Amino acid sequence: MQLYKKLILALLACLPLSGMASGQDGLPDDYCRWNVVEYAIVEPLCGLAGDVQRGREIASDGYRGNCLACHELPIPGIEAYGTIGPPLTGIAARLSVPMIRLRVVDTRNINPMSIMPGFYRDPRLINRPGEAYRGRTFLTAQQVEDVIAYMATLK
Amino acid sequence: MIPSNKAPWLCCAFLLLLPATVALAGEAKSGYEYIKPASRAMQDDDFANPGLLAVERGQVLFNSKQHGTGKACAACHGGDGAGLDAKNIARYPVYNEDAADIVTLQQQISRCREHNAGSKPLPTDHPELVDLETFVRNRAIGAAVNVQTDGPMAELLQAGKQLYNTRYGLIDMACYHCHELYPGQMIRGQKISQGQGNGFPAYRLGTGEITNLHQRIQQCLSLMRAEPFAADSEEIRLLGLYIMSRSNGLKIETPAVRY
Repeated sequence: MQLYKKLILALLACLPLSGMASGQDGLPDDYCRWNVVEYAIVEPLCGLAGDVQRGREIASDGYRGNCLACHELPIPGIEAYGTIGPPLTGIAARLSVPMIRLRVVDTRNINPMSIMPGFYRDPRLINRPGEAYRGRTFLTAQQVEDVIAYMATLK
Repeated sequence: MIPSNKAPWLCCAFLLLLPATVALAGEAKSGYEYIKPASRAMQDDDFANPGLLAVERGQVLFNSKQHGTGKACAACHGGDGAGLDAKNIARYPVYNEDAADIVTLQQQISRCREHNAGSKPLPTDHPELVDLETFVRNRAIGAAVNVQTDGPMAELLQAGKQLYNTRYGLIDMACYHCHELYPGQMIRGQKISQGQGNGFPAYRLGTGEITNLHQRIQQCLSLMRAEPFAADSEEIRLLGLYIMSRSNGLKIETPAVRY
């Protein structure tokens, strides 16, 4: 086996990949399971279809998605972008939709040290959530799919 | 060539070491270096810095017999606090052998009020205590933060660091993520600082209030949509201690102006 393949396998061994969000006790009833295959989530969450316009609004909303806090986005009229994460202009030319989905849902499946919140991370993995946020995901499955639909337009 | 059976472990070790090397590279920089020029100008101008109002309120309290019998702080320490030792103030939080615990500057002020002046105790972070804390800390402006890091403090600092590196809340970030990995980067329109403690209590532009370090940590945790640690909790005191130790060598700026 070539070295780089071994390194990839080693990475896989280090990361908690598929199965971390599989249906166990304590999950909210409306939480949909998702599976990671080849660094991607192929199936839309709960089988939902996203809406581009809603996704754009969620992405720029300071309370809901707030992607702008850390990322540049090609939305006219917005001057203050965060510079923590990579710019998202052209993201769909660099990543497939299933790869984008995993990064929005829980990017720590790719990089355990990532600062990026998991917008549909298993709520049981959240440490000390505030009272109003217990048992909740950051975004709903529909909102995640909306954001992904919008990201898919950024080519 | 790396032996095949070792490759996974080397890879894991690399992933764990990566953040440590990033963190070691930086030197301590005051939040002053990260705020906007207009905010720096506000901090530097005694007539424009709203934090000075808290210093003045603190001085009035320092010179009055508060909540009961006894005497004013000024009776022992002088009306302008000239009897206070700036170098000693810069050492807080300190380790107290008798209590076998850390003592924050505000706790020391509280103890002094209660034991030496017989004043009625006030709850932690009561506005009057924060004003007194601001006044006393301001007496040491320009002195270098000098928190003890050896002896019994070493273990406490390790516990504080562990809390600092722990993710909290729905946003699921540790203090470490922003303040060790990304200082200087923009979060929306604001530059992320190293989260140093040398300017606290500070006037916060975001809330318009004088805010001590523990309160600032609580506000940060709330922003992370986390359950903040309580004012008197072990966790907040350990976090405050660790953060202040990161500021060792930085000059006290109380009352700083911060976002």
